[in-house]
Amino acid sequence: MRIEGAGLINRDKPIGFSFDGRPYQGFEGDTLASALLAHDIRLVGRSFKYHRPRGIMTAGSEEPNGLVTVGLEAGQEPNVRATTAELYEGLLARSQNRWPSLNWDLLSLNDLAAPFLGAGFYYKTFMWPRAFWERVYEPVIRRAAGLGALSGKPDNDRNERGFAHCDLLIIGAGPTGLMAAWMAAKSGADVIICEEDTRTGGRLNAETFEVGGKPGHQWARAITARLSAMDNVRVMTRTSVTGAYDQGTYGALERLAPDVAKRKGAPDEAFWRIVAKRSILAAGALERPIAFQNNDRPGIMMAGAVRAYINRWRVSPGRSVAVFGNNDGAHQTVADLQAAGVHVSALIDARHHASCDLEVPFFPGAMVCNAHGRKGLEAITIRQASGSEKIQADCLAISGGWNPTLHLSCHMGGRPEWNPDVQAFLPVEGMVPGMRAAGACRGKFSTRACLEDGAQTARNVLEDLGIRPARVVIPKAGDNAFDISPLWAVPGRGRAWVDFQNDVTVKDIKQAATENFRSVEHMKRYTTQGMAPDQGKNSNVVALAVLAEATGQGIPETGTTTFRPPFVPVPIATMGAGGSGKGFAPQRYMTSHKASVARGAPMIEVGLWYRPSYFPLKGETTWRQSCDREVNMVRQAVGVADVSTLGKIDIQGKDAGAFLDFVYTNNFSTLKTGRVRYGLMLREDGHVMDDGTTARLGDRHYLLTTTTAAAGDVMRHLEFAHQCLQPQMDVRMISVTEQWAQFAVAGPKARDLLNDLLNEPVGDESWPFMSCGEVAIGGVQARLFRISFSGEQGYELAVPARFGNSLFRVLLDRAEAMGGGPYGMEALNILRIEKGFITHAEIDGRVTAFDLGMGRMVSAKKDCIGKAASMRPGLMDEARGQLIGLKPVGAVKELTAGAHLFAEGDEAVRVNSQGYISSAGFSPTLGHFMGMGFLQRGRARHGEVVRMVDHLRELQALCEVIDPVLFDPEGGRVRG
Amino acid sequence: MVDLIAISPLEGLLPLSIGTVTLSEDDPGVMTGIAAYKGKEKALSTALKKAHGMAAPGPNRALGKAGARAIWFGHGMILLQGPKADKALMRHAALTDQSDGWAVVRLSGAEARDVLARLTPIDLRESVFKRGHTARTELAHMMASITRTGAQSWQIMVFQSFAKTLVHDLRRAMERVAARKV
Repeated sequence: MRIEGAGLINRDKPIGFSFDGRPYQGFEGDTLASALLAHDIRLVGRSFKYHRPRGIMTAGSEEPNGLVTVGLEAGQEPNVRATTAELYEGLLARSQNRWPSLNWDLLSLNDLAAPFLGAGFYYKTFMWPRAFWERVYEPVIRRAAGLGALSGKPDNDRNERGFAHCDLLIIGAGPTGLMAAWMAAKSGADVIICEEDTRTGGRLNAETFEVGGKPGHQWARAITARLSAMDNVRVMTRTSVTGAYDQGTYGALERLAPDVAKRKGAPDEAFWRIVAKRSILAAGALERPIAFQNNDRPGIMMAGAVRAYINRWRVSPGRSVAVFGNNDGAHQTVADLQAAGVHVSALIDARHHASCDLEVPFFPGAMVCNAHGRKGLEAITIRQASGSEKIQADCLAISGGWNPTLHLSCHMGGRPEWNPDVQAFLPVEGMVPGMRAAGACRGKFSTRACLEDGAQTARNVLEDLGIRPARVVIPKAGDNAFDISPLWAVPGRGRAWVDFQNDVTVKDIKQAATENFRSVEHMKRYTTQGMAPDQGKNSNVVALAVLAEATGQGIPETGTTTFRPPFVPVPIATMGAGGSGKGFAPQRYMTSHKASVARGAPMIEVGLWYRPSYFPLKGETTWRQSCDREVNMVRQAVGVADVSTLGKIDIQGKDAGAFLDFVYTNNFSTLKTGRVRYGLMLREDGHVMDDGTTARLGDRHYLLTTTTAAAGDVMRHLEFAHQCLQPQMDVRMISVTEQWAQFAVAGPKARDLLNDLLNEPVGDESWPFMSCGEVAIGGVQARLFRISFSGEQGYELAVPARFGNSLFRVLLDRAEAMGGGPYGMEALNILRIEKGFITHAEIDGRVTAFDLGMGRMVSAKKDCIGKAASMRPGLMDEARGQLIGLKPVGAVKELTAGAHLFAEGDEAVRVNSQGYISSAGFSPTLGHFMGMGFLQRGRARHGEVVRMVDHLRELQALCEVIDPVLFDPEGGRVRG
Repeated sequence: MVDLIAISPLEGLLPLSIGTVTLSEDDPGVMTGIAAYKGKEKALSTALKKAHGMAAPGPNRALGKAGARAIWFGHGMILLQGPKADKALMRHAALTDQSDGWAVVRLSGAEARDVLARLTPIDLRESVFKRGHTARTELAHMMASITRTGAQSWQIMVFQSFAKTLVHDLRRAMERVAARKV
């Protein structure tokens, strides 16, 4: 029911929204919860397990009951707390965990079965038969128990991520946080102050307290305006700090104001990583409930929340309100309700010594022991020394005291300490390095104490940072003492709720203790208390107090469970903002990309690179047709391929040769200028790391190439080898992968093509196989390498990348005029398998030079990285898989990579595997399938027939073991 | 005679103006990687000063200005932008042409810093990262060089093959930032 008075809503701006399909109206400044309460909607959801009717209980992010699904389709967001959902025009909200409707929910039958569904029920009941858990029990339980659901559609990608840095991060903008921010900002520190509410002020927005002689919320607004105007302050409202991490890093979730979020290009949410030299935790405190029979009836709320609805939103949650508490907050609630003209039917104060000067039926030393009314509270039963009494009430405001919101302080493993004066756990200094707690968050429960503590804590932090604190005046404010008598659960029959979100009762906790789950962490797992999205914000302290009583230990000995990030739920989509689709990883394009795509080449990913797999011609319907043609083209005429993705590392210095001798198994210091040599690089553990050619460009100048996939790894490896292993060597290196666009020109007509292009023709004699040097194409200086990965007469021509696109087109024009053209990765692969050249399909990290038959490449004359380890007997064992070639000899003519090799008569099971195929394909040159692979003692078994079995593709073939070099074993063609 | 045509990796992608922020291609001229040989750091610095007017920058610093700028470019590496590196430097350092290896853009405007703060984790506050400061760091999963060239302007470099992703990610961040502005 909306009541008279200004509050902090704008009655001039009505806002239309819908809940469960019905239209309603609220005002600007409302939350979904306040707007629903204004329409007397008390039933907003069904509980997790028993499907009990539930209503709004709090006015903040700790809300356990009022969870709704907001939006439709891809924008659908489940488990939104109605208490923090800002109202906007057109908001669509739906209740959750009910079927067919909120009012009539079939699974509320669960509530009748409650005696069988207590703590540990699942563990005891669904043990047998074992196979049933996954197929039967779990799906049924998942459907019955639960929260909202995601849409199942791809995320709409309306999120963003960001980074922020500051001297001081202040978490919470209540009186403590604002005062700390003011002190730090005036002193010149860089300050970020985060507040999860839509406005700063904290409890000042919910109370009638005055600060500095004016209403508290006005003071908050004024000081916030002054802070916002300062260059060194960033005020982030709607921003929950969700986690405290190493080295002063904090995660924060920002929800953008609805009017901003609806703009084109704007995000709905942002996930911030804030790095702060220091932080002040001024997150305030959360009011805790008291457990009694049926204390979860809609209409039973926290007293502080009732005051917030009355004072801030001018909404009364009931027409006849009863108030129950064990501290002075209950009296304040009565006063606020009465001032707003709301009837208060009773004030029940559990403290025997309490007195009351308000005009209200007052019951000191009494307790509420039952609540009546199923879908909404109708009455309560109270018990006092003189007996029981039933009192009419459609709303009950409860206060069991306050728990400091110390969650963030526990995120790095610290444990809080029990303070008997305020009957609460308080943070201990140093739980999170660089973080200090202040105000209500460390048990200062009066406004004046909070203001003072905020200023003082900021002063301490500033001194820590070496910043001279400015002088600030602390405004006048109320300073009442906090008087509380502990009360956790009212003794009695029936189910009394502790964890509303996970449906855990006092009985469940006692049951856990009885079954010897006496540690608070065991109790948590057994009962599921504190596990839901609210992470036990309401229930934690009550639960452990009940456990402490059940086990006979004290509360401090029992301790709390572990609070973990995030403090409030963070959508994964927001944490991973920008990472969907192609945002997942950057894309690297070669300079020939557009030309290849224009020719219809399908691009495949190689690491981050995109490379053409083949270039289809008109009439070709399968990739094999294109691939076969391209292979033949290279063997018979000339082909052009962009090989720019191979890593290129420029190495200079007087020790460059010695350094290469150290990282490669073979020698490079002996290589002559103008020559190229193939090299093999080992890891420290003796396995092959990478291979490639290295050219000597000058006396002290080399160019090393790597495979595409290992370019980054090799660069890192070389830097490590230099900086850590051979720092005395005078050698310098830099990546030039991106500086040069490089193209392979291969085939019997390769030289003719080049000579048509280069300013000075190259001859076979002047540019023999494995030579390199500078050439010119018109006015462009280029590098030419006579190397071949196809076994044909081959060159690689490199130009500065800006000319790559142009050169590729020129090369293709000339090649096509000669009966050649471009070739892609598929043909490149076939050409190299025909020649027995290895790639990372072979050198997959488990293979040694010995396995490859390259053992002699590990020079005996010198040491190199990995040499010693490669000599270990296990790595030189003849029984290891050795590189072989394969060709089909049986009825099945296809070979597949990944298939395993077995002796002809052996059963095709794991223990009998003698090797595997690493690469396979159809050779148009030879007219049959061919494979490369590793076979035990393979080198000695050439001519033998083995059986290939591909269990995945269900393919078997008999094949003959042959030498891996299938085509032109003498190598006459590369030299031609 | 063949006449090859030069094409920038950013061809057709820029300029771009969204809200208060402008993203444009930067043409810094010749770029040379300069790595001083062992024990030659001081000699190189002197030679650099003599040849191009600026000493060798220390870690995370850039010296000079548009037209001739020396940028710290990682451990033991300087990037000279602008003039062709003087041959005299070769006595003290390994020189490597990097002119074609990088996509170089300029991000400028009142909220340029807010745009960058969505893509790179480093602290870009005026008090920490002033004009003449530079960093080799991550920008949206790409290894980048970021240099503050003015109160509201930044030079950003990534490998040229990343040009399209760089513009895509910067554009997205620019849109996000602009949309927040009232």
